[in-house]
Amino acid sequence: MIPASFDYVRPQSLEDALARLGEHGDDARVLAGGHSLLPVMKARLADPGVLVDIAGIESLSGISESEDGITIGAMTTHAEIEASASVQGRCRSLAEAAAAIGDVQVRNRGTLGGSLAHADPAADYPAVILAANAEITVAGADGERVIAADDFFTGTYETALGAGEIITSVRIRASAARGSSAYLKAAQQASGFAVCGVAARVALDADGAVERIRVGVTGVAATAYRATSVEDALTGAAPSAESIRKAAATAGEGVDALDDFYAGADFRRHLAGVYAARAIGKAWIRAAGE
Amino acid sequence: MEINISINGESRTFDVEPRTLLVHLLRDDAGLTGTHVACETSICGACTVLLDDKAVKSCTVLAAQAQGCEVTTIEGMANGEQLHPLQEQFWEKHGLQCGFCTPGMILTANQLIASNADPTDEEIRHGIEGNICRCTGYQNIVDAISAAAAQMRD
Repeated sequence: MIPASFDYVRPQSLEDALARLGEHGDDARVLAGGHSLLPVMKARLADPGVLVDIAGIESLSGISESEDGITIGAMTTHAEIEASASVQGRCRSLAEAAAAIGDVQVRNRGTLGGSLAHADPAADYPAVILAANAEITVAGADGERVIAADDFFTGTYETALGAGEIITSVRIRASAARGSSAYLKAAQQASGFAVCGVAARVALDADGAVERIRVGVTGVAATAYRATSVEDALTGAAPSAESIRKAAATAGEGVDALDDFYAGADFRRHLAGVYAARAIGKAWIRAAGE
Repeated sequence: MEINISINGESRTFDVEPRTLLVHLLRDDAGLTGTHVACETSICGACTVLLDDKAVKSCTVLAAQAQGCEVTTIEGMANGEQLHPLQEQFWEKHGLQCGFCTPGMILTANQLIASNADPTDEEIRHGIEGNICRCTGYQNIVDAISAAAAQMRD
């Protein structure tokens, strides 16, 4: 399996990369770690004329911490995110999602920005991005803009990224003082992709009631979504194992679920409820204890 | 396009098409056929090599992406006639039957031991999750990696 022929460029600056994308238009694709794009090209499902490899742009890699959050460069690998003490401390669910992707070799090459831009409906990150209310910074010919998590995933393999734009970084606010998060998934046995993955982020008030909660679900529908019915049911009250289970059960309700020979639509909706309960429960216990 | 890569410590230059996969460069252009190619879909791990000391599936890396990098293949593990501890222990512990997955297994294990000198059996099993063996049932592979780690600690 060898991709069709293409031209390859490796710009050393973001400006140069954007210029190359502008020059080649729809014929160009951005190459990050290559662990989504190259398989698609090898299967001849994509046939770009030009690959713009952004691995040479140093400013796109790395994790930086600020007082209220973390900023992760788009070219940061899953392995780096998994191992980062900053990520583990500020957004544990993101570290857990990174660790749940593929295998060691895939995590050594695959990148956060590449995965988000590819927007596979069974990818792990989208659940966390939604639950963490992340901000995705993208650069284009007209400068930078920030896309809110809720606006980013628009469909199967579709995002709010415009033509000629490159994701540069993802910003996530640190968990609240009494807050934490968790990501759990039911993985497809052979591929490891999420049949259902749920990220929950919880902030508790001084009395232990839920001040804020966001729940992201991936793998279940054609695109990742927020389980707002679950969030609404749990906000404002002190949670219990029973209230979480009852609220979480609605995580898949009314969802137009994917249906294939790995998992039928009903099963996926069921899993959404089960995994939402587990992820919320875990985030809650962490929030109460940390 | 021209590519410069250090393979097993030797700096080499190749003229390849941009679409050339690293595994094909290694096998067809560099003549190093110890790196195997099987599933071609980044699942099986037979094509694993080290790229700047990190295990990667060379069927899913363009040769062009390896420009300026250090590549280590199974041919670079032994020191002359002296086998690497991982090679020695795969032999001692019967960590292979047909041997097809072995080069990839050994290079993945090498990264594992480099970051964790004394891995538990569970950590070893997790560490080689990206390498598939259809012969051994993995037990002897785990034993071999564990024994190699012990030998490397001595």
